Amino acid sequence: MTTLTLESLRHDKRAAIAATAVLGLVLAVLPFAVGNALGNSWLRIVDFALLYIMLALGLNIVVGFAGLLDMGYIAFYAVGAYLYALLASPHFGLHVPIWVIIPCGAVLAGFAGALLGAPTLRLRGDYLAIVTLGFGEIVRIFMNNLNAPVNITNGPQGISGIDPIHLGGITLAKPLTFLGFTIPSLHAYYFLFLALALLIIFVTIRLEDSRIGRAWVAIREDEIAAKACGINTRNIKLLAFTMGASFGGVAGGLFAGFQGFVSPESFNLMESVMVLCMVVLGGMGHIPGVILGGLMLTVLPEFFRHSAGPVQQAIFGKILLDPEALRMLLFGLALVLVMLYRPAGLWPSTTRRREFKGESTTDVLKEGE
Amino acid sequence: MDIFIQQIINGLVLGSIYALVALGYTMVYGIMGLINFAHGEVVMIGAMVALSVVKALAASGLPVFAVILIALAAAALVCMAIGFSVERIAYRPLRRAHKLAPLITAIGISIILQHTAMLVWGRNYHAFPPILPASAHEIFGATITSLQVAIVLIAGLMMAGLMVLINHTRFGRAMRATSENPQIAQLMGVDINKIISATFVIGSALAAVAGLMVSANYSIAHYYMGFMLGLKAFTAAVLGGIGNIAGAVLGGILLGLIEALGAGYIGDLTGGFLGSHYQDIFAFFVLIGVLIFRPSGLIGERVSERA
Repeated sequence: MTTLTLESLRHDKRAAIAATAVLGLVLAVLPFAVGNALGNSWLRIVDFALLYIMLALGLNIVVGFAGLLDMGYIAFYAVGAYLYALLASPHFGLHVPIWVIIPCGAVLAGFAGALLGAPTLRLRGDYLAIVTLGFGEIVRIFMNNLNAPVNITNGPQGISGIDPIHLGGITLAKPLTFLGFTIPSLHAYYFLFLALALLIIFVTIRLEDSRIGRAWVAIREDEIAAKACGINTRNIKLLAFTMGASFGGVAGGLFAGFQGFVSPESFNLMESVMVLCMVVLGGMGHIPGVILGGLMLTVLPEFFRHSAGPVQQAIFGKILLDPEALRMLLFGLALVLVMLYRPAGLWPSTTRRREFKGESTTDVLKEGE
Repeated sequence: MDIFIQQIINGLVLGSIYALVALGYTMVYGIMGLINFAHGEVVMIGAMVALSVVKALAASGLPVFAVILIALAAAALVCMAIGFSVERIAYRPLRRAHKLAPLITAIGISIILQHTAMLVWGRNYHAFPPILPASAHEIFGATITSLQVAIVLIAGLMMAGLMVLINHTRFGRAMRATSENPQIAQLMGVDINKIISATFVIGSALAAVAGLMVSANYSIAHYYMGFMLGLKAFTAAVLGGIGNIAGAVLGGILLGLIEALGAGYIGDLTGGFLGSHYQDIFAFFVLIGVLIFRPSGLIGERVSERA
């Protein structure tokens, strides 16, 4: 149904403009509505949802477009976050401005992506998943232990007191006064993240339709055929790794500035799995699906976290089950159920849905084997 | 010199445990071409069940041997039931689906198992009751406990038993046929569903034994232990050549030795820059190295690029 309306929007220009205007208005009012109705903790969650959407879109390039299963993606987020933390905190006494750090984070994370990609390009599927998973863990173990003999990352304690994001003389940590309006800090972060998320959405949409994007999809569908068609698979796959990683680096830098604190525990395997699940559950390779996945997997677990305790209290009169465990239990169950009943994700692109339904020619061949 | 011997002994013990777990990965991969990500959690459940039974019976006055045997039986039963149902629920419906689908369900199942364990046993570390006789033997200036000897012997026996089962019985032949080509095996009258279920059950039973060994050897168990152990055992399976039974054994023991020796000597080699807390890193470097330079493993068959 939704895809239908999306299709019609593409043809009807006036409807498209109206829809954009409504969506823009909703996005502009959202932080004030959420902040007033649900409180600042929920607004923080919305801010995090935007960060996760950026991450999921970055991973979507690697997993969704190019079909390379990356399970250590959070390492690039960590690279961006730690770079920000090291360059703008009392830890080294450096306070480099943000427009230097964020691009540097993107470049460094992209470099890390190329570093991971180069030796692993020959691997496919499960093997690639395991190697990237190992890479993610290696990065985390190093961050955990690089506090001796030279204290670089401050070990498991992490780095605190990181500078808030500030542009010129304006800092986002305090309420902003702008043309007589006062915008509280969380709202300002919301608008900054929204702008960057929209930029990343725009870039990925343009990438998807570009020559590079089509090459990625070709590699995903059949690497050997893509090679035969003259695609330089090695470079294109490296490009996927690098681009995905640099998006992660940007999101990581923003995370460090927003949170004011980084520690290795924020970048464990579970986070990688979470981002991967956003991509897969939402609908691999389909940008609206991935955005939906990112939004759902940030907001729903928080919803469970807030409601699991009180609901049990109301029904049984006491807390029977650990809300944290219950939340993860439901999350695991959701993963299994979605894969069993909607293996293409909740909102897949039309071509992919057809593939998963077995309407493509290769599956017909398989039936006849 | 005695440090060297000591680390060799530690490595052998650790390696035997890895090998037992790696067998579970490699059997499933050999037959279905699927990495059973939830296997590490099955080991954890085995360890927790065994530990709980030992705790409950520790004061009952039964002989130590009987207590261990009962614990082992309970753990094996629970693990086999889990292995069987995991395959039925999470893998069988997706046998023809896209490769990513069973991977995601496997992750889902591990999350479920892990947090079920967290609900049942809590977040705390559980200590293994000190019921085992602590007798140490001296070999070439290094010490080895009876428990360690028992671990290596039992693991060796189980692996030998598995080899016999696979290479010299009717069931083993059916298993090999299924791994070679499921469709043809089916035509020859092999019930491949039964074989696959049995593979998961056998792998889980081995995992239960390994779980008991880990918790007894380190005298500790907790709900999060399965992840790292599973990952390392998988590394062992890849090192030996995934899908290859003898390879899993060889890879497990080699990885155990690499880790023990690496952790023992990394401080000296790097002039104190990296310490033994980097122990966990070796497995990943071995994994990445093997996959890059020899993806078929030490004694594995050549896997095609599209694997």
